[in-house]
Amino acid sequence: MRKSRSTAVVLLGGTAVLGLVLTGCTGGTGGGGEAQGEITQEDIDAAMETPTELTFWTWVPDIDQQVAMFEETYPEIDVTVENVGQGLPHYQKLRSAIEAGEGAPDVAQVEYQYIPSFVLSESLLDLAPYGADDISDDYVEWAWNQVSPDEAVWAIPQDVGPMGNLYREDILATAGITEPPATWEEYAQAAQAVKEATGSYISNLGATQAGQMIGFFWQAGVKPFGYDGAETVTIDVNSDEAKAVADYWTQLIQADLISTDVDFNDEWYQGLANGKYAGWLTAAWGPVFLQGTAEGTSGLWRAAPLPQWEEGENVSGNWGGSSDAVLATSENPIAAYVLAEFINHDQESAMSLATEQFLFPPQVSVLEDPAFVDLKSEFYGGQEVNKLFAEISETVDTDFQWLPFMDYVYSSYEETMGTQIAAKGDIAAALDAWQDQLVSYAEDQGFTVE
Amino acid sequence: MSHSHSATVADAPPRRAAPMPPRRRNAATRRQHRAAYLFILPFFAVFLTMLVAPLVYAGYLSFFESRLIGGEQFAGLANYTRAFADPNFWGGLGRVALFLVIQVPIMLGLALFLALALDTGRARGSRTIRLLIFMPYAVPAVIATLMWGYLYGPDFGPLAQIARGIGWGTPDFLSPGSILGSMMNIVTWEFIGYNMIIMYAALRAIPMELYEAAEIEGAGQFRIAWSIKIPSIRPAILLTVIFSIIGSFQLFNEPSLLNAIAPDAITNSFTPNYYAYNLAFINRELNYAAAIAFLLGLLIAVVSYVVQLGEQRRERRDRKGLR
Repeated sequence: MRKSRSTAVVLLGGTAVLGLVLTGCTGGTGGGGEAQGEITQEDIDAAMETPTELTFWTWVPDIDQQVAMFEETYPEIDVTVENVGQGLPHYQKLRSAIEAGEGAPDVAQVEYQYIPSFVLSESLLDLAPYGADDISDDYVEWAWNQVSPDEAVWAIPQDVGPMGNLYREDILATAGITEPPATWEEYAQAAQAVKEATGSYISNLGATQAGQMIGFFWQAGVKPFGYDGAETVTIDVNSDEAKAVADYWTQLIQADLISTDVDFNDEWYQGLANGKYAGWLTAAWGPVFLQGTAEGTSGLWRAAPLPQWEEGENVSGNWGGSSDAVLATSENPIAAYVLAEFINHDQESAMSLATEQFLFPPQVSVLEDPAFVDLKSEFYGGQEVNKLFAEISETVDTDFQWLPFMDYVYSSYEETMGTQIAAKGDIAAALDAWQDQLVSYAEDQGFTVE
Repeated sequence: MSHSHSATVADAPPRRAAPMPPRRRNAATRRQHRAAYLFILPFFAVFLTMLVAPLVYAGYLSFFESRLIGGEQFAGLANYTRAFADPNFWGGLGRVALFLVIQVPIMLGLALFLALALDTGRARGSRTIRLLIFMPYAVPAVIATLMWGYLYGPDFGPLAQIARGIGWGTPDFLSPGSILGSMMNIVTWEFIGYNMIIMYAALRAIPMELYEAAEIEGAGQFRIAWSIKIPSIRPAILLTVIFSIIGSFQLFNEPSLLNAIAPDAITNSFTPNYYAYNLAFINRELNYAAAIAFLLGLLIAVVSYVVQLGEQRRERRDRKGLR
């Protein structure tokens, strides 16, 4: 008995030591790939002719098509595509692999707002020396700024979500509205008219949909977040400008002119399909998404730019979109870079992403390609929806930043803003609570908050 | 003590033989011990690597603090003192405590009633009924919660439509005020059959003579249930109570899945377990999450022990009373 107990102690002690060793190992994750000289074309050619295996984590459906185009161009490179989950699960696995020091892919899909968190952990390879600098002009400026806030280039943009207004022409017409509301003031009046005439809500504000609200902030010129790439963050979600946006929505919600149902679930899909909502303020990926959700209402929808705060203005915000980044731990950085670049820059590949997977393109060449922009959509009564969003894309404010801990920012949004919006409370007051939570989290995590 | 016992069994002399010569006996015993250790080795290997090591590692982690800027440093009991002062942790505990005192008695009461009803053998097609009641347990929690999410839906959910149809207005099952009740309903539906099966199996093991005796004495079904059946299956009931306590404290699936349908009603700290998960994977405060998980584990152990102890005391008292 006595003997077995002492063995147990030794064993426990042993595992504790093992734990120490394990945590010791997670300290460094390899530098961010700076301080390397410019990569020459010869380096790239040599790397692309060497048999290489790459792993690519992404949840873009049918991306195998574009990967096949890449493999055809570079027959020596063999790419394995893995889908480890969409959104949060993807990032959790990515972070675990980075911390464990093995198992991370060479190339990974990263949404724009999550890039800073991986820059913070020095997990991404700076692609500027690999030639990413030279292609910056091939992308709309604001999208490029998302992957390259300063000299470094952390990823290649894949798709974006400039915001617009999708609405049911028939329902608005019943309420006597023949032109899409040009200003937010007109939008509020239209909301009133639509509700009275048809009982529909002019649109729904997803109670916990931080992306949508942040898109509205973006349009209004609010700069809620800032990050210097090192240890200093700027948090200003409760500025006067932000509160003005919040008050606008509070009024509409409290007057029961806008619903606050949680979005992207069955109830909400049905609401879009059966006219509970007469519109959807959404992003450029919205039109195709809606087509699949509300099939029965084909031909009744139209697309328009977002209403404006000032008459005659023409600005928008962005909601969603992704990029492909190369992990700093990749053993084949050149091939990995070429993969990330090829998929999102090669004309044929980029074009197929836009026309087959319906990812809204950030590439200027696709945005100007008649095969893309002149496409008429039956669902929208023959409207050239791509052209409209291509125009909107040029009106997105170029300078919008994120915090290096957006997972927390969104979850805290749910807790503070989401509960208030759902309860039809004072959204501006919830902004204060959100600000407090974000500042205290940032300080606890050791950031300098400005 | 297990020494001599196993040796006598294995040697199995027809009658108690004279003690064997010490040397031979030792060799045999040693051989048997080696075999015994070999047999339990796989278990211990898995037990140590999959259970003890992670547990120790989590315990070790809970004494550190890791920041996004500045890295990891020893924090002593700071995570634990923080937990004691954390209203989110206590709020979650309060919620599962409420869940425990309301949901568990309802579920176990119903399960016991159903088990007794089936045991009387009066219900027709009792085998089918048993299977039907047990079936929800076989439905994966993910599907169960999604199904209930549909049933609870305010616009197109059948419950809401029926309520509107008879003029009761639209009940909101997914609001912050009612979500806990809705969750109790889901968990009851899921686990009633499981608990019923445990009780039913215990009921089937009661010797028939007891019933015959009772019937001769003129006892009715209710009297038999109350005075014979329930006391006889008390250990089984205790088992279901303890399982339910553990299950309540560890509630995770339901809040996690309902969060997709009602994110405004399910806060990040809705239950302690869900809170620990969010701390670790969203707030990226792994160390604090480990401390929360440890405190929760400790609490579950204490509560389960107290319940068991109370039952043992009561049993002892009863036995004395009989004597």
